[in-house]
Amino acid sequence: MMDLNTIIQILDSTIRLATPLLLACLAGLFSERAGVFDIGLEAKMLVAAFFSAAVAATTGSVWLGLCAGIAASVVFALIHGLASITFRGDQLISGVALNFLASGMTVLIARDWFNEGGRTPALIDGGRFQPITLPFAEALSGVPVLGPIYHDLISGHSILVYVAFLMVPLTWYVLHRTRFGLRLRAVGENPGAVDTAGISVVRLRYSAVLIAGVLCGIAGAYLATGLAAGFVRDMTAGRGFIALAALIFAKWRPWYAMGACLLFGLLDAIGNRYQSIELLGIAVPGQFMQALPYILTVVILAGFVGKAIPPRAGGAAYVKER
Amino acid sequence: MPGTIHGVIGENGAGKSTLMSILYGFYKADAGEIFIAGRKTAIPDSQAAIAAGIGMVFQHFKLVENFTVLENVVLGAEDGARLTPSLAKARKLLTELAAEYELSVDPDALIQDIGVGMQQRVEILKALYRQADILILDEPTGVLTPAEADHLFRILKGLKAQGKTIILITHKLREIMEVTETVSVMRRGEMTATVKTAETSPAQLAELMVGRKVLLQVDKGRARPSDTVLSVENLRVKDDQGVERVKGISLSVRAGEILGIAGVAGNGQSELLEVLGGIRTGTGRITMNGQEIDLTGKLSDARTRRARGIAHVPEDRHRQGLILDFYAWENVGFGYQDDPAYNHGVLMDNDALRRDTEVKIAKYDVRPADCWQTARNFSGGNQQKIVIARELERNPDLLLVGQPTRGVDIGAIEFIHHQIIALRDAGKAVLLVSVELDEILALSDRIAVMFDGQIMGERLPTETNERELGLLMAGITDTNANAPLPQIVANLARTGGA
Repeated sequence: MMDLNTIIQILDSTIRLATPLLLACLAGLFSERAGVFDIGLEAKMLVAAFFSAAVAATTGSVWLGLCAGIAASVVFALIHGLASITFRGDQLISGVALNFLASGMTVLIARDWFNEGGRTPALIDGGRFQPITLPFAEALSGVPVLGPIYHDLISGHSILVYVAFLMVPLTWYVLHRTRFGLRLRAVGENPGAVDTAGISVVRLRYSAVLIAGVLCGIAGAYLATGLAAGFVRDMTAGRGFIALAALIFAKWRPWYAMGACLLFGLLDAIGNRYQSIELLGIAVPGQFMQALPYILTVVILAGFVGKAIPPRAGGAAYVKER
Repeated sequence: MPGTIHGVIGENGAGKSTLMSILYGFYKADAGEIFIAGRKTAIPDSQAAIAAGIGMVFQHFKLVENFTVLENVVLGAEDGARLTPSLAKARKLLTELAAEYELSVDPDALIQDIGVGMQQRVEILKALYRQADILILDEPTGVLTPAEADHLFRILKGLKAQGKTIILITHKLREIMEVTETVSVMRRGEMTATVKTAETSPAQLAELMVGRKVLLQVDKGRARPSDTVLSVENLRVKDDQGVERVKGISLSVRAGEILGIAGVAGNGQSELLEVLGGIRTGTGRITMNGQEIDLTGKLSDARTRRARGIAHVPEDRHRQGLILDFYAWENVGFGYQDDPAYNHGVLMDNDALRRDTEVKIAKYDVRPADCWQTARNFSGGNQQKIVIARELERNPDLLLVGQPTRGVDIGAIEFIHHQIIALRDAGKAVLLVSVELDEILALSDRIAVMFDGQIMGERLPTETNERELGLLMAGITDTNANAPLPQIVANLARTGGA
């Protein structure tokens, strides 16, 4: 059976794998609660992953890389905003287009800049986010049970992991305890109410889309400079879509989003660790374990979660009714 | 003028709502100036209108359904970036306003859980919270029951007494006569007259609105009823939630007469119409021209009912009568899709359908007379005429018609009423359901009053009056006794009418 150490290792890996999902999921949450559906989370993460790795590899500074990643993601967010808010285009089509653009563009630019077959050079020390050790981690590591949990599970992640998890209460607070949050939620439910209250629907939706851009930027940068050491082609591997599934699973609520992302992260971690396991005497192939998060996504999206009501005005541009 | 109620009246599409939306900064004016209290005021957006002290209650409420009353009131008028202090302040103010103007609402209730009357009060509170001095209400009684409408007018009179200026947009002449001091009449985008209410009459206003004389009284000859066309025995119907809404009704309609079903909305009339029209199942016995009709939905549906000579003008034309994004000719063609005249083998002969539609919309005076307009682009009255044209041109033996003139302007009301009477005079049977007592009294040859899924009584229009019918609608059969008010209120509350 599994001992404490194994469990801690799996959970540790769960946290790391859940981080990009969580950031992307919260990005989607801001955007969709404001009424702008965003299936381009994947695209934003991917361009952010590429540009953060590229800039980190060239300059040797992971912080410059992060900024470049966020900037690239925000540019994509603005394109989405322009298409779906200003020009009232179809939000799904805009998202699909951005996904294709990101997938092709990153590989093309990578070939041109680095000549390594569509990847960036492997990042060395200064080009990656290093684990940080929380206070007292060493001192407490000797304490049974709690020691290893604190030392190995909670301490020792890169700064972006802590940022991601701190974003959860912050998101909740912003949505439910601030003026901005009230208006954001209202514009996703009934933009007419916001408009007649004398608030700009367009400005609110752009703010939400920009926040989504920043969060996806962090998620992408973490993928390339925290979780991995460099960019490889299509490295997001559908995480943007899994984040969307988690968002529906979480019914567009921040704390639930954290739970959903941790669940997907856990499945991912188990799949990575056990290439093949035996269940009740039957050997389960490793491919099945690796496919688990995707299978769960399908099951969840097929309505297993029960009724998830999306924001009512989601998916449609605001036009004053006559 | 401060402390007055000013009415704005006009037919649908006359420009009342557009004008008021411009006052509220929701639309931009192409030209012209606005003066408030003698000062020229520019209103580029709603923020400016609010700052100028204008509040507006739209016909379709601008509320966030899954927010609480409090959150809706505060939205856009918050005091700072943090929400908690704003909400606390609003809660206190709401309690004060509630006491002052009979505007009590539960601040923590979700909008989706409260009735339309209550939602309207939230809209008024929103305006008062923003310290509006001028309150514009666009067709406020369209969605209210008579009792709720009376409550609203009491609130408005209270506000007037406090020095607020109220602009009431409506197309109901009675409301204008009841509560306003002055009234402006609009016709086709122009202000045709502004008069003192006390110095005018409903007939004069109607003439100003329509541009010609209008007969407010429906002119009809005596009915000459003959054989029974429809007979209903012990009909019981459940709604989608499984609640019994029709509780053992028996009635009959004869050829050449109009049977009016009166009642406060939600007392089973809708379900009655739906069962007869074949879009809902029930139990009991229904015969049409002596032949029994299956009610289980297995042997008979809306299509076979049509074949048996039943035409149905549903209560809600947007939901059941039309597909708003389809063209007029497609909407007129619904139900005729299997007609050999419009088919060539597997293909439909749309040209033939369009040719016939041209004739029908000309006959029923649908404006614009363009069969390539989507249904959405017609005014309420013309949408209803499209439905009526489709159903009456079927030449039915029995017409089921629900709320024929809801949201329809006066000119079209007159036309629709004439069509219904013409059908009766042609020896057909008509079952009319309406929540407008005036309409029931004007059209019906017999009146049955429904309350809580049962028929409280039948009356002849010549031998009854609004008071007696009103009591029956509230479930009180002893109409000679002095109205026991608490019982009326209790009965109405039980059925969700009050």
